[in-house]
Amino acid sequence: MNRFALAAVGLATTFAQPVSADDVKVGLLLPFSGVYASLGNDIEAGFRLGLEEFGADSGATFEVISEDTEVKPPVALAKAKKLILQDQVDVMAGIVSSGVLGALRDVVHAAEVPLIVANAGNDDATGKACSPWITRLSFSNQQVNRPMGSWLHEQGVQKVFTLAPDYAAGHQMIDGFVQGFTDAGGEIVGQEYTPFRKTQDFGPYLAKAKASGADAVYVFYAGGEAISFVKQYDSFGLKADLPLYGAGFLTSPLYVNAEGPAAVGIVAALHYVPTIDSDVNRAFVSAFEEKTGRIPSEYAVHGYDTARAVAEAVKAGAMDRASLGNALRQVSFEGPRGQLSIDPATNNLIQPIYVYETVAADDGLTQKVLAQLPASADPANGCMLSAVVN
Amino acid sequence: MNADVGFWILQSLNALQLSMLLFLLSIGLTVIFGLMHFVNLAHGSLYAVGAYVAAAIATGWGYWAGFFLAPVAVAATGIVLYLGLIRKMRRSGPMAQVLVTFGLIFVLLDLTRILWGDLPLAIETPALLQGRINILGIDYPAYRLFVIVLGLAIFAALAFILGRTQVGAMIRAGVDNDAMAACLGINVERLFFTVFCIGCALAGLAGAVAAPLLSVAPDMGLQILIPTLIVIVIGGLGSLKGAIAGSLIYGIVQTFGAVIAPQMASVLIYALLAAVLVIRPMGLFPTKG
Repeated sequence: MNRFALAAVGLATTFAQPVSADDVKVGLLLPFSGVYASLGNDIEAGFRLGLEEFGADSGATFEVISEDTEVKPPVALAKAKKLILQDQVDVMAGIVSSGVLGALRDVVHAAEVPLIVANAGNDDATGKACSPWITRLSFSNQQVNRPMGSWLHEQGVQKVFTLAPDYAAGHQMIDGFVQGFTDAGGEIVGQEYTPFRKTQDFGPYLAKAKASGADAVYVFYAGGEAISFVKQYDSFGLKADLPLYGAGFLTSPLYVNAEGPAAVGIVAALHYVPTIDSDVNRAFVSAFEEKTGRIPSEYAVHGYDTARAVAEAVKAGAMDRASLGNALRQVSFEGPRGQLSIDPATNNLIQPIYVYETVAADDGLTQKVLAQLPASADPANGCMLSAVVN
Repeated sequence: MNADVGFWILQSLNALQLSMLLFLLSIGLTVIFGLMHFVNLAHGSLYAVGAYVAAAIATGWGYWAGFFLAPVAVAATGIVLYLGLIRKMRRSGPMAQVLVTFGLIFVLLDLTRILWGDLPLAIETPALLQGRINILGIDYPAYRLFVIVLGLAIFAALAFILGRTQVGAMIRAGVDNDAMAACLGINVERLFFTVFCIGCALAGLAGAVAAPLLSVAPDMGLQILIPTLIVIVIGGLGSLKGAIAGSLIYGIVQTFGAVIAPQMASVLIYALLAAVLVIRPMGLFPTKG
């Protein structure tokens, strides 16, 4: 029926290739160029490793078609339409940027193709803009930060100053933290949002944080901004009197070595670090290292678990778009991050959050896990999904 | 709450530091424009190349090798661009120049990505400038003070050369009226070429100086381009005085804007730019002619 609808608006070729019954076509939508190319490469490497490990076990063969979104919503939209209409994929996965996800949401929803989000963290994607066809296996912005708020208060921190770039993710990350922190009884003494990707000098904000009388600073920065921020924070000598906490992207293993000694001692919360102490994680880290020669980042885990989820859904008997979409909402397994399951109310992943400290080791910097915070589901926030069909 | 003097001294130093970084970039761009009437939008990319070269050299031979060699390497890149492209584009009008140099931005961006990868790099602050220095009663990072001193020193040197030497007189003559200067026996072409190389070298120096403060990422040239253009438009195209005034105004507005009216921080500078364009369309210190 779906195909008829599309043909009617003249978008589809009517020559759909008949596919063999046990072949599952997966379309990957990732940035392989532009500012997030390194993330896209890590997610794809994780995905291919996951498919190698779990694909055969599912009883099907997989065909993967990778498309470069270039982190541009219009480009991603065209590529998604190509995957849906021309390649006739059974399931799509990927999406690093929340902007791209926002652009694809309605198309994916209308075309009824299951999409697994393997990075983009916008709360709304599994909140007010949720779709039964979109399942998230990465994280939501608030999920990473909310438990950190109450943990930090338990450590005796009473007053916090927050900083983040001025865009949707920055606000959602900080809002999540603030909610957890104030619910636990903490006080926010100041908040600043810096112009996103336009701030060269964090000096003015750091001086404000220092003057605010806070016990600690909590921030969200990622990528190049994280490196600049961490180095500038250290150069002002603030770390000793005003400890720095943050969403774990701040000191992600992907680029923490570029931050160098400035990152030592920063405590942050994230859904994955490569030093998690479990057999599943150790096996994953060594397999990933053997294949790529580098330590897996949280992005690699998103890809790995996404492939695992597809394999699990196929193993449960799902073969086409409709049954895959339904089965993906029910996957549950123990991955490198710990026990994972999908929240039926929002289609967001439920996962534990790890508090870790960046410490110096013999060969660079490593992550010391301080605490594992229990998994909790995000509030549905206006999302009304129909119940899962068994 | 921010009443104490130390806080404002600290913020003033922050403003000065940002201004000096922008000055190093804008002076090259503005003099090239003033002298050659050439809009080189790829100037920001040369800054990124400088940062990458500095980072690459610093990992092998330490920061100072990168500091001195990055401007040389960027000047060499500039020479290649000049001989290969820019000389041919000299007479083809501003629109073609803008398009070609804008395209160059993306070529250089992808070249840095191919050579150095997508992940941001970083270099450590040199050992000599690590830590903080007590100045006017506050602790300020030594490296930032170094940036301020370096910027002021370069400004003084350029002011001396342009204002007090024969070469400076030739350059000023060329900016005012290049045809007349050529008639008077000045080899304007060679002068242009020299100034272009120095402008590129200064962009490379800015990159090397910025690298320990910021992260070295492929798009850093694109990010710095707009502030640099704002500086030279506010200051007035082509003049040293304009470049330093524009840089200081930008640094002060940006820093104190972030402190006093953080919600407005990103808008303030554009509002100022618009005001300057309405009241003094040629900028605050335009060159004559």
